[in-house]
Amino acid sequence: MIKIENISKNYNNVKALKKVSFNVKDGQLFGLIGPDGAGKTSLFRILTTLLIPSEGKASIDNFDTVKNYKEIRRIIGYMPERFSLYMDLTVQENLNFFATVFNTTIEENYDLIKDIYQMLEPFKNRKAGDLSGGMKQKLALSCALIHQPKYLLLDEPTTGVDPVSRKDFWEMLQKLQTKGLTTLVSTPFMDDAELCDEVALIQNGEIMSIDSPKNITQKYPHKLWEIITLNNYHTLKILDNFTNKISAFAFGNAIHLACSEKTNKEDIESFLAQNNIKAKSIKIINPRIEDAFMELMT
Amino acid sequence: MTAEKVIKVKKLNKTFGKFIAVNNISFDVKKGEIFGFLGANGAGKTTAIKMLTGILSSTSGEATVAGYDINKQRNKLKENIGYMSQKFSLYEDLTLKENIRFYGGIYGLSNKQIKQKTNEVLERLNLQKIENTLISEIPLGWKQKIAFSVAIIHNPKIVFLDEPTSGVDPITRRQFWNLIYQATQDGITVFVTTHYMDEAEYCDRISMMVEGNIKAIGSVEQLLVKYKSKNMDEVFIKLARNNENI
Ligand SMILES: Nc1ncnc2c1ncn2[C@@H]1O[C@H](COP(=O)(O)OP(=O)(O)OP(=O)(O)O)[C@@H](O)[C@H]1O
Ligand SMILES: [Mg+2]
Repeated sequence: MIKIENISKNYNNVKALKKVSFNVKDGQLFGLIGPDGAGKTSLFRILTTLLIPSEGKASIDNFDTVKNYKEIRRIIGYMPERFSLYMDLTVQENLNFFATVFNTTIEENYDLIKDIYQMLEPFKNRKAGDLSGGMKQKLALSCALIHQPKYLLLDEPTTGVDPVSRKDFWEMLQKLQTKGLTTLVSTPFMDDAELCDEVALIQNGEIMSIDSPKNITQKYPHKLWEIITLNNYHTLKILDNFTNKISAFAFGNAIHLACSEKTNKEDIESFLAQNNIKAKSIKIINPRIEDAFMELMT
Repeated sequence: MTAEKVIKVKKLNKTFGKFIAVNNISFDVKKGEIFGFLGANGAGKTTAIKMLTGILSSTSGEATVAGYDINKQRNKLKENIGYMSQKFSLYEDLTLKENIRFYGGIYGLSNKQIKQKTNEVLERLNLQKIENTLISEIPLGWKQKIAFSVAIIHNPKIVFLDEPTSGVDPITRRQFWNLIYQATQDGITVFVTTHYMDEAEYCDRISMMVEGNIKAIGSVEQLLVKYKSKNMDEVFIKLARNNENI
């Protein structure tokens, strides 16, 4: 279990974490979501023993992150937000390096990394510095996994990873979960969070909510409408003057509009008509996790 | 009416040793467009952008950007375009204001213009409070908005944005796209890469790069019809994995 109890971290006069507490149970795939600067990276650095908290304590598998840092380093795989690779070494040399540090070999644990690493294998003799952004992410993840850790701590591993590889990546995490791995992962892709068992939202150094993805969307407090118009950008601006509006956000080809409870379709239609906007479609939808988080963030 | 073409690319090629990173691509971008340049990791997007912005020489082929030849007229080219790289484009150890002043200087703005632009940017982004804060202490999403404003400080004809919203939270991401729309209303053409498929939908036209080649190009509607898909996510999966028949 990953146990986080009342952790605070201050840098000079900035409070990066304020009494953060939660647990990640063994075998869980746990998501951490929040805007930049919310404190996610500080929390990862504390859990991986690289940073000492100002207050509170944390443990992994009952090893204290301050007192037992050596033990912790053996059982975790960590992928930091910024690249952790040796840019002058080749792809294979990087992976080999991480394997050797942990007294293992690529062959021994190839199974674990296969799904992601095989996309890089054609380029295994290329310097890491010459890889594309997303390819670097894939290599860093392979390096974090190569020693078969019990706990995986991944700080935005899919940032810059293309949509197809991201699917592969999450499938891999779910597969690792069935092998007993416990994972704490942060991500800016809200749809990814849907695949976690539990998700914590962190903002300004505080945990705002912890719940299953399903409950998070069910707790969304408003009626949500999906509106499609010819020029959504223009429509969004006009909607600023709609008195029933609670929030309105662009979502791909549509607008998600949260309205006061009593609002009905005719109200929206007539408001748009008054402003010379004709909607291609207006309908009530179930909120997605991105809707729920934007609601919690504002 | 045929719109003016501000980017014309003909058989542009880039190889590293034997490896072909960009394979004879040809396409045009129209004035005022938001052009989405999509593709899987390693497809060759950043390499192509580096050639179009005069940072990297092409192995063969031709292209003009804002009317200038990418190999022969690099100085003119650079004066007329803006570029935001996949990594940070700002100096972490300078303050917000110092960064704006620095870039204004590079682009040859006068002191008076720099002052005016600085105020304009700070006001538009509502960041007056942190004008003297070091960039390294500013959250990523804000940095990206600042980097964008800096990239267009000299009113370029075209701005190239390489994954400007990667890692940025959902609200800030949307604010970033508002900045993009504002820029197009000022007549700036936007060339942008992203791995967020909802953002692909905000583009006027999209190209999909697969292993160095441009495999598809068109408006969102056209691509959805052509690849019988519900959304851009599906189009991406079908094209990127060479699996058009799924
Ligand atoms: N200097 C170099 N030497 C060798 N190969 C290179 C060099 N620069 C880029 N490449 C290779 O060219 C290919 C295209 O890389 P590029 O960075 O253009 O991809 P991309 O489409 O931007 O990917 P991403 O979405 O991951 O950013 C990759 O295989 C990359 O490793
Ligand atoms: Mg790139």
